[in-house]
Amino acid sequence: MMSAHPLIRLLDRGSTLFLILLGAFAIAIPVLNLLMPAGSALHVSTYFVALFGKYVCYGLLALSIDLIWGYVGILSLGHGAFFALGGYAMGMYLMRQIGDRGVYANPILPDFMVFLNWSALPIFWYGFQNFFYAMLMVLLVPGLLAFVFGWFAFRSRVTGVYLSIITQAMTYALLLGFFRNNFGFGGNNGLTDFKDILGFNVQADGTRNALLVISCLMLAICFLICRAIVTSKFGKVLIGIRDAESRTRFLGYRVEAYKLFVFTVSACMAGIAGALYVPQVGIINPGEFAPANSIEAVIWVAVGGRGTLTGAVLGAFVVNYAKTFFTSGVLAPYWLFMLGGLFIGTTLFMPRGIIGTYNNWRANQADKKDAARDNAVPSAPPHAAE
Amino acid sequence: MGKFHDRILAFVCAIGLIVAAAGLAHAGPYEDALEKFTTDEFSDTAEAVTEVATSGSPLAAPLIAALQNGQLQFSAKDKKVFIKTADDKLIDAATGRPAEVAAPDDLDTVRVNNRLRGVIEAANGALTLMAPDPNQRYESAQSVFKSRDAAVLPAVEKALEAEKVARVKTVLNEARAAILLAADDTSAPDRIAAIEIIRARGDQDSLALLQGLPADLPADVRAAANAAVTAIERNLAIWSTVQNLWYGLSLGSVLLLAAIGLAITFGVMGVINMAHGEMVMLGAYTTYVVQDVIRTSYPGLFDFSLAFALPLAFLVAAIVGIIIERTVIRFLYGRPLETLLATWGISLVLMQAVRAVFGPTNKEVGNPSWMSGAFDLGGILITYNRMWIIVFTGIVFVALLAMLRFTRLGLEMRAVTQNRQMAAAVGIRTARIDALTFGLGSGIAGIAGVALSQIDNVSPNLGQGYIIDSFMVVVFGGVGNLWGTLVGALTLGIANKFLEPFAGAVLAKIAILVFIILFIQKRPRGMFALKGRAIEA
Repeated sequence: MMSAHPLIRLLDRGSTLFLILLGAFAIAIPVLNLLMPAGSALHVSTYFVALFGKYVCYGLLALSIDLIWGYVGILSLGHGAFFALGGYAMGMYLMRQIGDRGVYANPILPDFMVFLNWSALPIFWYGFQNFFYAMLMVLLVPGLLAFVFGWFAFRSRVTGVYLSIITQAMTYALLLGFFRNNFGFGGNNGLTDFKDILGFNVQADGTRNALLVISCLMLAICFLICRAIVTSKFGKVLIGIRDAESRTRFLGYRVEAYKLFVFTVSACMAGIAGALYVPQVGIINPGEFAPANSIEAVIWVAVGGRGTLTGAVLGAFVVNYAKTFFTSGVLAPYWLFMLGGLFIGTTLFMPRGIIGTYNNWRANQADKKDAARDNAVPSAPPHAAE
Repeated sequence: MGKFHDRILAFVCAIGLIVAAAGLAHAGPYEDALEKFTTDEFSDTAEAVTEVATSGSPLAAPLIAALQNGQLQFSAKDKKVFIKTADDKLIDAATGRPAEVAAPDDLDTVRVNNRLRGVIEAANGALTLMAPDPNQRYESAQSVFKSRDAAVLPAVEKALEAEKVARVKTVLNEARAAILLAADDTSAPDRIAAIEIIRARGDQDSLALLQGLPADLPADVRAAANAAVTAIERNLAIWSTVQNLWYGLSLGSVLLLAAIGLAITFGVMGVINMAHGEMVMLGAYTTYVVQDVIRTSYPGLFDFSLAFALPLAFLVAAIVGIIIERTVIRFLYGRPLETLLATWGISLVLMQAVRAVFGPTNKEVGNPSWMSGAFDLGGILITYNRMWIIVFTGIVFVALLAMLRFTRLGLEMRAVTQNRQMAAAVGIRTARIDALTFGLGSGIAGIAGVALSQIDNVSPNLGQGYIIDSFMVVVFGGVGNLWGTLVGALTLGIANKFLEPFAGAVLAKIAILVFIILFIQKRPRGMFALKGRAIEA
């Protein structure tokens, strides 16, 4: 394995399968939605397109959490904050695109500012009418917050549960702040009522499908970045930090720098996920900062399998599909029991998650086969072993 | 006139109401005033009202009330005034007894206009200055102080002479001073004396009164007023600090109560119990159930409901805690992050279970009589429920401290906290201690729930509101040290309340959160960290 070509190392069986599946969905869903007539059995509803797009964003958020939790052992209970910040950056762009089509028809100020009797746009809203500036902010704002936060936290060696708790405090503080009207982000209503993105109507089927494809593409790119990080020599150090932080430090690695880099990358990915999420669901409000959301995202990773990357995405899909399925039916009152049970059950009985358990099982099978072959070699003909 | 008048007053006050009523046959200021009601002129009526009110007659109050309600009738011919009762009987206003003669044929209602209503209000204030209940007199004097109506001055002075209760007398004096200050024709020495009295009162109203004085005062009066304003402002600033301290102490004790159980489980076992808030909630719901049972079955015991709820809440939460420890947490020791997730799951399940059983809405939990109401202490208002919660928190804290210090269980807990392996090696059954510790921590959370049910909404989300704050307290104070939790809770509570006036409640909270995040950087193990040699704790 160590000597394999970097590309092969990057794309093991699971990763290839994951990318192929993702690609297949990214192609099949838009085709079935746009080209099949509405009555056809093969037609995919626009509702499903939006739903799937949402799951892909959750998958990307889970991926970003898995990168730091699965490979560096940083359990962030505040990753929802980065997700929401990315979402707000996108939301601000979309608000500016509304222009004079708002209720108050003010060409510059979004409706909520007119409503609050603000006379001018706050400085931090400047530039958001420009798509590329907004996209830059999607990366920069969560990245910068993560950098500053991580710089303080890792340098003073805040680890384990302490780090988890202060990340939770961070997202809680942001939650409280964004709920305030005078923060300038629409208070508890958040940002909504979007019209266009890059000139395309956000409600239109074509835009929705395009957003889905872009989301899948971003998920694939981020997945490859994560794979590249964790399979490189750099990634080995990260795993070293996860398993024995002090030892790694004593070996001469600057643990803080490693952690800070990965934490920041992870926050940027969460920001991208949020930015893709907002135009697809059509709203961003401070509720996204709720600590409970961040913890829920962690359980996606745990269910799918931490430290597997593909597992994180799978977990996000499985748990969210279950949530959609159960909360819409008669079982709705029991959903929280199930979610709670999922938290308990996963940590108790399946600490490796779905993918981790499967990999483990496969490895065991392979070991057994090897053992069987080794035992069988003297007596059986060679072809029987394979 | 004055001497006679005084004698009548002394007579009234000394002998009491019934005798006074009997003595009304003699013509007095009350009877003189009555005649003015019969002229059917507003100005005469106004005079009559004021005179009646200051007459000191016990019949004055019902008379004025009747006037206010349009039940006062007069006969111009007979020069008599009657009060018409609800059942159309006539009462002679002069005697207070049912009218002996037949109703005169020119009976008419005494008319009231807006100006007169104002006079009546003032008269009512003056009347209650003479009320038999000292509390009523006190309130009335306070309202005179605020209104500073010059027309009431004679009534105030009369009441002042008669008053025996010291605190009412003080307020009456202050009311008199306020009226004198507001009046135009008061002499300079009188004004200065009044200013001194107001200065001694020293509250927000006094400040407003002194600041509202006209600009063209004599120099010495002006100087006295300015000095008084400065003194009052300083005084008020001190009281406002005391008030903030008190609020901070109150918030701090609530935080301490919520966090103290967490400090034990987190400190001893290193377990992040995200379901801790739900233990608090279970305690609050236990209180609700206890009160519900008492209300329906033994209403007389309501004031003791908390005494029943306390041990029950402890038991309920402790048993649930031990069950959680035995079935989930003990399999996760050494994996704190997984414990965190599992206990979060437990908290979701508990919340949903309570929602399923009791419904999602807030439950009504009542204050026992000894916990409702408030009293003034100097310049601040102290509510009984807050005060008892502070006392209660103190008791819980001391009891817990004593338990850890003096009992065998406490000794074993401390041993396990300090060195688990060594404790196990000397024969402490660490698993049992873990379960008991978790039970204890949860039980205390349950007790906290009883207290919090008195000041917060009892809903399934009750615990969620406290969990982050509790963690902040524990992390800030330092793990494994109750004193750290105490100092942490009080510091955060008081800091929060001192920030609130400047920043508002939300920003104060954000500032505290940011402060803790920064503080953790400096001292990653909290203020009072356990010293140890382990590299990786």
